Amino acid sequence: MNHSATKEHHKLLSEHFGITAIPGQFTVALAGNPNVGKSTVFNALTGLHQHTGNWPGKTVDNAQGSFTYLDRSFLMVDLPGTYSILAHTIEEQVARDFICFGKPDVTLVVLDATCLERNLNLALQVMEITPKIIVCVNLMDEAEKKNIKIDLSALQKDLGVPVVATAARSGMGLDTLRQKLHEMSIGLCTPTPRQISYSSEVENAIQQLLPNVSRLIGSNLNPRWVTLRLLDGDQAFIKSISQYLNLDLHSTRLQEVAV
Amino acid sequence: MSAVIKPMTTLEEICTEAEKIRLSNPDLGDKIVSDIYQNAEMIAGPAVIKNSTDSRSWDHKLDDILTSRRLGYPIMFALLSIIFWITIAGANVPSQMIADTLFAFQDQLLIWFELAGAPSWLTGILVLGMFRGLAWVIAVMLPPMAIFFPLFTLLEDLGYLPRVAFNLDNMFRRCRACGKQILTMCMGFGCNAAGVVSCRIIDSPRERLIAVLTNNFVPCNGRFPTLIAIATIFMGGMVVSELQTAVASVVVTSLVVLGIFVTFAVSWALSHTLLKGEASSMVLELPPYRKPQLGAIFYRSLIDRTIFVLKRAIIMAAPAGAITWLLANIYIGEISIIGHLAAWLQPFAYAIGLDGFILLTFILGLPANEIVMPILLMCYLSTGQMMEYGTLEELRDILINNNWTWLTAVCTMLFCLLHWPCTTALLSAYKETGSKKWTFLTFLIPTVIAFIVCFIVAQSARLLNLV
Amino acid sequence: MNTAITTIPLSTLGIGSACQIVSLNLQGLLRRRILDLGMVPGTPVQCIRKSPAGDPVAYMVRDTLIALRSEDASQIYVNPM
Repeated sequence: MNHSATKEHHKLLSEHFGITAIPGQFTVALAGNPNVGKSTVFNALTGLHQHTGNWPGKTVDNAQGSFTYLDRSFLMVDLPGTYSILAHTIEEQVARDFICFGKPDVTLVVLDATCLERNLNLALQVMEITPKIIVCVNLMDEAEKKNIKIDLSALQKDLGVPVVATAARSGMGLDTLRQKLHEMSIGLCTPTPRQISYSSEVENAIQQLLPNVSRLIGSNLNPRWVTLRLLDGDQAFIKSISQYLNLDLHSTRLQEVAV
Repeated sequence: MSAVIKPMTTLEEICTEAEKIRLSNPDLGDKIVSDIYQNAEMIAGPAVIKNSTDSRSWDHKLDDILTSRRLGYPIMFALLSIIFWITIAGANVPSQMIADTLFAFQDQLLIWFELAGAPSWLTGILVLGMFRGLAWVIAVMLPPMAIFFPLFTLLEDLGYLPRVAFNLDNMFRRCRACGKQILTMCMGFGCNAAGVVSCRIIDSPRERLIAVLTNNFVPCNGRFPTLIAIATIFMGGMVVSELQTAVASVVVTSLVVLGIFVTFAVSWALSHTLLKGEASSMVLELPPYRKPQLGAIFYRSLIDRTIFVLKRAIIMAAPAGAITWLLANIYIGEISIIGHLAAWLQPFAYAIGLDGFILLTFILGLPANEIVMPILLMCYLSTGQMMEYGTLEELRDILINNNWTWLTAVCTMLFCLLHWPCTTALLSAYKETGSKKWTFLTFLIPTVIAFIVCFIVAQSARLLNLV
Repeated sequence: MNTAITTIPLSTLGIGSACQIVSLNLQGLLRRRILDLGMVPGTPVQCIRKSPAGDPVAYMVRDTLIALRSEDASQIYVNPM
């Protein structure tokens, strides 16, 4: 990213999301279902360097923390714990808007090893929005107690993104997690996340809309994902997209693309 | 880019097209969710290996007891009582020690001020006002908080609180409120402002408002010391000293239960008047029990909560102590300003079982409930009967010398439980609801209820010649 | 629908019994919530326990324990297994 783009990004972060990043800081969005130990991961990584408040204009908690690893500074943004980010509640909308329009350098999705299937729902949704993602399978100790084993390399291969196993309460795996975040920050790792395959019904509907959406959105967002949100009739998303991308309901293309 | 040449489609046009597709296929939204889950199944299937799980795991066995028909409610009640008992029993000795130390230091301060030739008004404001107020707040509040908060955080960490919501949801449903309201009430035990903020977990705006408006009926940590002190020295003082703590715990637990009962009653009334509407729904996850992390509990409850609440109390207590001292020591005619105010409030206060000083201190305590007891004692002590207080017995003597009866004690505790929220809680209510009307009602409802309940209790007791 | 004969509301399921979700007759936010938790058609659900007052009831869905009020559960149709 060149200098002016970084500046632009920081302006967006502070104006729309109330987040102040230091130049050169690598922003990490932390997502996850409720009760997966997301805050344990957040606390373990950031320690006492935390700052809590509200998302601008919303009654939703916002916690930010920072840490340094191998001379690289990371800014962690704790998103509200949600089961999904299809944006049916304010919390989901906040999480979705940040991942999608806040453009964090990486999104760390924390999953519960004891109910991976339900948690993957969220991870898959994030993977549809951005390829910059690391999956953290937390509560490995609980899973072991319940006699659940997870084939992490198979999972990593299948998802196409880095997978790190942790037990944040005991600190297990946190070093690997820091390493992975660091690798990501210096461009050593470029995930190619698996895309969701939809049933023919949904796929047909996507194909009807996709060409027009692609043309309108350009390279700002994943057009497939935008198409799905429009098909879902997500009014909040239509509002967000016009707000963050300066996209007028009537204009034919993005102003940013035109430049 | 060739796209520029082609006729473009606007977002609005695409939305209209999407709308058309959706209308011809109304299940599309559901189908998208189902498909994502199907993908999740396909990925999780081969990656997760489950070895013959014994179906009756720890969680199930624990839930069998904690949510059982016979034991579910008694265990909840017992846990609450035990927490209060440990808090009261454990706080006595350290409170005494802190009080002794700080008041010994106060005497030293007085000597220094005299040596320095400070004018008496300065000594009054700084030492007898500010320092004494602070000393009281710390001695009365710090030990119970340092015990109560970790215990409560322990229950939170164990995963017990969602079970409380599970057990009690039926009653909330009958009041057309949400079972998660109990979780906001639990938060309120620590601090009502935090309780009001935590109402965000309730999805329905109607039910969230009910939770905000009634949060004040659970006594916060600023009010517990007042309740505990009166319960111990007055109610406990009536029995032999061995039973004192037990009686005090029972009294405080009963008051909390009364507060919960009032919460139900007000929630029901609101649902049938101002906030009409069907009970929407409740989806509650019951996460597995987890082994608590003692270090984190200690840190979170002591640093995050105890120090936070104490800091707030101190910030409020220092100026309040100074103001109270001034009001008590500036005389208009024969009587101090405080005396005038109290005399003016007296008839009204008497009708609800209090006296003018008590009502005045509740009003002065609006910024922070923590300082009610200290201000009250300062008022009493400044009216001529200056005496050193150190032990609970002496405290009891101060109150009795100021004509306290058991009825005064009961009404003061009831008023403390039910009266208006502190300014911090009101400010939180304003931020969360964004409405002056609902904030005003957050103030008004408890106030009216406190006056009515105390009035009925006081008048009945007097009519029946119980006092 | 030939499944209609065996389809019952989730709320009538006894403790310990298992079933598979057929359809949701819920609207609005609750419908989305339930779907987002993974209660989509075809999902196996097991009825685990009742609260002391008999309502709500906790169900095991995809290794997670979820409590629902019987009012809401009665609008979820399932095939007993």
